[in-house]
Amino acid sequence: MEITKQEVEKVAKLARLALTEAETTAFSQQLNQIVAYVQKLKSLSTEGVEPTSTVPGQSNVFRPDQVQASLSTEQALSNAPDAEAQCFRVPKIIQES
Amino acid sequence: MSLTLIHKFTLSELQRKFTAGDVTATEIVRAYFLRVTQVEPKVNAYLTQRKEAAFAQAERLDQALKGWRKTTPMMAMPLAVKDNICTEGVRTTCASRMLDTFVPPYDATVVAKLRAQNYLLLGKTNLDEFAMGSSTENSAFGASRNPWNIQTVPGGSSGGSAVAVAADECVAALGSDTGGSIRQPAAFCGVVGLKPTYGRVSRYGLVAFASSLDQIGPITKDVTDAAILLGAIAGHDPRDSTSANVPVPDYLKALKRKDLKRLKVGVPAEYFADGLDPEVDQAVRTAIEGLRELGADIREIKLPTTDAAVATYYVIATAEASSNLARYDGVKFGLRAAESKDLLDMYLKTRAEGFGPEVKRRIMLGTYVLSAGYYDAYYGKAQAVRTLIRQEFEAAFQTVDLIVTPVTPTTAFKFGEKAQDPLQMYLSDIYTISANLAGLPAIALPCGFSKAGLPIGFQLIGRPFEEETLLRGAHAYEQATNWRAKRPAIR
Repeated sequence: MEITKQEVEKVAKLARLALTEAETTAFSQQLNQIVAYVQKLKSLSTEGVEPTSTVPGQSNVFRPDQVQASLSTEQALSNAPDAEAQCFRVPKIIQES
Repeated sequence: MSLTLIHKFTLSELQRKFTAGDVTATEIVRAYFLRVTQVEPKVNAYLTQRKEAAFAQAERLDQALKGWRKTTPMMAMPLAVKDNICTEGVRTTCASRMLDTFVPPYDATVVAKLRAQNYLLLGKTNLDEFAMGSSTENSAFGASRNPWNIQTVPGGSSGGSAVAVAADECVAALGSDTGGSIRQPAAFCGVVGLKPTYGRVSRYGLVAFASSLDQIGPITKDVTDAAILLGAIAGHDPRDSTSANVPVPDYLKALKRKDLKRLKVGVPAEYFADGLDPEVDQAVRTAIEGLRELGADIREIKLPTTDAAVATYYVIATAEASSNLARYDGVKFGLRAAESKDLLDMYLKTRAEGFGPEVKRRIMLGTYVLSAGYYDAYYGKAQAVRTLIRQEFEAAFQTVDLIVTPVTPTTAFKFGEKAQDPLQMYLSDIYTISANLAGLPAIALPCGFSKAGLPIGFQLIGRPFEEETLLRGAHAYEQATNWRAKRPAIR
């Protein structure tokens, strides 16, 4: 199964990555190589085998719903690329009509 | 005490000297930064050094100890921490342009535990960007170099931590291991690296790469030090729901027995197949003979799905990475691209500028295997094969107590040798990956040198939460061999 450049572009958009033309070409070739290698999994029979998503096999872990100290607003904003009035500032996302 | 001696001590030796009052915290810091000044230009282990802060902290400790000398085990112990582990108030970059200026407002739980004992943080160590790689060549800030031969890679991703320990730039270090990132650089640099059982050590504050595989662990000068440092960081943490509520034993007690009588050790034929360098093969087989001479009952075992481990890993790890790294969107912390016309454009440009090639490649692969139409064929399949790999280990551990294998197919390779071929780089993780997939504890320790003078390591893998058995086996071998007597010249 061939991963085309169009497919690489689609995946890049899903992953929110702007790729250069050179990157698209390189990734297309490299992903094909890696995915071809991964095909070897198909030769293993896994019928009726439960998937492992995490080793401990835990279900949900609960704790009492108690109010605890957490980061202050100032701390939470301390690494923000852009902040104003105790908020993260981002480009406008609602178009004016 | 002579400053030129202090950096040569192991953690256990330095603890004794400090507790006895033979050396002060200030002398420790002075000795280590003297050493760092000498060798760091050659090996580039650190991304951030904490010289002034460490001196100030050491002076405070020495003052406080003047009256009544009450110490804790890690007090004044000069450690280095991999730069993907959060340190409050100290820049934590993950060796990525994305987090170049990130200063965490909180400590990782492992760091908080060490801080509570008044350890000394000397600095943050280099890694492959976001812990993705096997050589530190993927660091956005330049690679670290192997103290045994600075033309070769130190391994990765915890390369900076392994180098700092091997070059005596810290007494011990923390690394993280997702597919071998503690054990492989430890083997390449001739030091000890321990990946604990998944859940043994809290991951809170470890910048997430692949959450079902990541685990923090010690990189140390010897096995005793690994036992000490593991004891200091292990334990349940309410802030990490995958950390296990299992009591932490006194790991030093596990080192008391000097023989391996009645210990059954398995040798999986699949780990000694094609692709294993003859010199590494020979050194590991000699180490197995050494275990036998110590009384171990050596048995052949089978782990037939080993061949599928790399493929399984690179589906699961990249899938989890693509999800974990979605948080780098330029909004709450980290880089934001300077000019963007709207929100989507900001995401696209920020991530294009902030991530390096390997991180992008893995995000792409992970996004692909999770995307509609491929999920079952790749991600679902890999999760099922992961179950097979786990079951094989469970079956093997019915008959043996430990499994012994190589750590790496070769000794440290040259810079650039594999950098252009991602798949070749991935395949070099073949012997370490399975322990992560199965959540098992594993330790890498020295077992010789190649003709070219590069260290060779071997690996012991144990049952879940049986780090004591690992440490016992590793310690008995170490005591019988003393590979540590040979030190790198660093030139």
